Amino acid sequence: MTTVAQYNFAYLDEQTKRMIRRAILKAVAVPGYQVPFSSREMPMPYGWGTGGVQVTASIIGPSDVLKVIDQGADDTTNAVSIRAFFAKVAQVETTTRTAEATIIQTRHRIPEKPLGKGQILVYQVPIPEPLRYLEPRETETRKMHALEEYGLMHVKLYEDIARHGRIATTFAYPVKVEGRYVMDPSPTPKFDNPKMHMSAALQLFGAGREHRIYAVPPHTEVASLDFEDHPFTIQHFPEPCALCGAREVYLDEVILDDHGGHMFVCSDTDHCEDRRGAGHVGPLGVAQEAAE
Amino acid sequence: MDALLDGGFADPVLQSQTAFRAVLDALANPGTLQTLAMPQAAPNGMGAELVSILLTLCDHDTSLWLDPALRADGALVEFLAFHTAAPLTDSAAAATFAAASSANHLPPLDQFNLGTQEYPDRSTTIVLAVPALGGGPALVLRGPGIKDQIAVSPQGLPADFLAQWVANRELFPRGIDLLLVADGQVLGLPRSTRIAEGQ
Repeated sequence: MTTVAQYNFAYLDEQTKRMIRRAILKAVAVPGYQVPFSSREMPMPYGWGTGGVQVTASIIGPSDVLKVIDQGADDTTNAVSIRAFFAKVAQVETTTRTAEATIIQTRHRIPEKPLGKGQILVYQVPIPEPLRYLEPRETETRKMHALEEYGLMHVKLYEDIARHGRIATTFAYPVKVEGRYVMDPSPTPKFDNPKMHMSAALQLFGAGREHRIYAVPPHTEVASLDFEDHPFTIQHFPEPCALCGAREVYLDEVILDDHGGHMFVCSDTDHCEDRRGAGHVGPLGVAQEAAE
Repeated sequence: MDALLDGGFADPVLQSQTAFRAVLDALANPGTLQTLAMPQAAPNGMGAELVSILLTLCDHDTSLWLDPALRADGALVEFLAFHTAAPLTDSAAAATFAAASSANHLPPLDQFNLGTQEYPDRSTTIVLAVPALGGGPALVLRGPGIKDQIAVSPQGLPADFLAQWVANRELFPRGIDLLLVADGQVLGLPRSTRIAEGQ
């Protein structure tokens, strides 16, 4: 008879969870500040969301309902495997429906449906330090945060304008949290930045390779950096979603053939399914009853 | 039942998760009351709420400061050593966590570790047992985690608490974080919260 070794609930050992939990509490108390933590090896490679997985493993309980998205989609490899991981090691219920989830782990999108009170959004973060590409030394960036010295970031945005006539940063667009810390919102499209501002949900960020955790509590001011004469704007798409006809959502381009055929569809698959279920049909969509 | 050996959580893994989520929700939504998980039995000298939070968050990596009344209780010190292994410290300025059974035993907040400008996360988290989380003088909270404002009325805060808290808030991002506990519940006051007298 072979017995499969049992992991502790939610995979991590209790001492690790306590260490991560203490980091999360300090991150919540100082919104936008990156708390160092002792990131563990996880049974998946760096870049697959080890930071987010460690945060989720430290907060999740048996009554939680978990949703995992990768670029808005519930059905891509990263999302499917992380969902299966927690279904196995924490025996939690999983869902693809945004409204039913208590914890949503995300790679690079915020769901279109506004999040509610009591929901926790866990971001997988590759490079948590917004100043890193401007100043490679950790000792220096730490001092810059300590002194609230963010001039360099404005110079970077200004150089964008000088070169391109507008701020050309379209993802990982830097934000200022509660008027104090400049923070990297992880590589979400800047389209999602306004959703972070005064969100009713708690937002936690985990960077496994870089050993950092940071947080934005609910109802917290998150302002995208800009200039008076070049205010922050989000992307706009000329066409609606080809499947559900949604406007004012973030769209992905899908190549249809090798003759240049393409369509734009919702990046948030749950939002798109919801709308199609409610009878919305886009230019290339098929009404649900007809399709069956 | 032997309070020393049996007194911790009946189910350490899930109960510490429950207690942690209560503390997380309390700090993420300052002013709300969150329900803690309770240990089977707590040593006489210390409230079960204090024990719950220390069991959840303390271990050999966290120095723990106990107020003089708690520190003098040999059975309690043994209990905490057995269940958390947290090294005790006599210096409030060196404490990662501080537990106080009453505001009378709590030194001024600025005596604790306030963190540094580079590492504000290294400050002390203070857990203070109060007689009740309601029915006291009204306070109005504003800040991150609070939609507009919220009123709270914990009893048993230090007499000059508002002045101490204003000084603590001015240090931001440095400063201590405060957890008030009573009746199985916790109320969080992170350093980011602004507190004013209520009507």
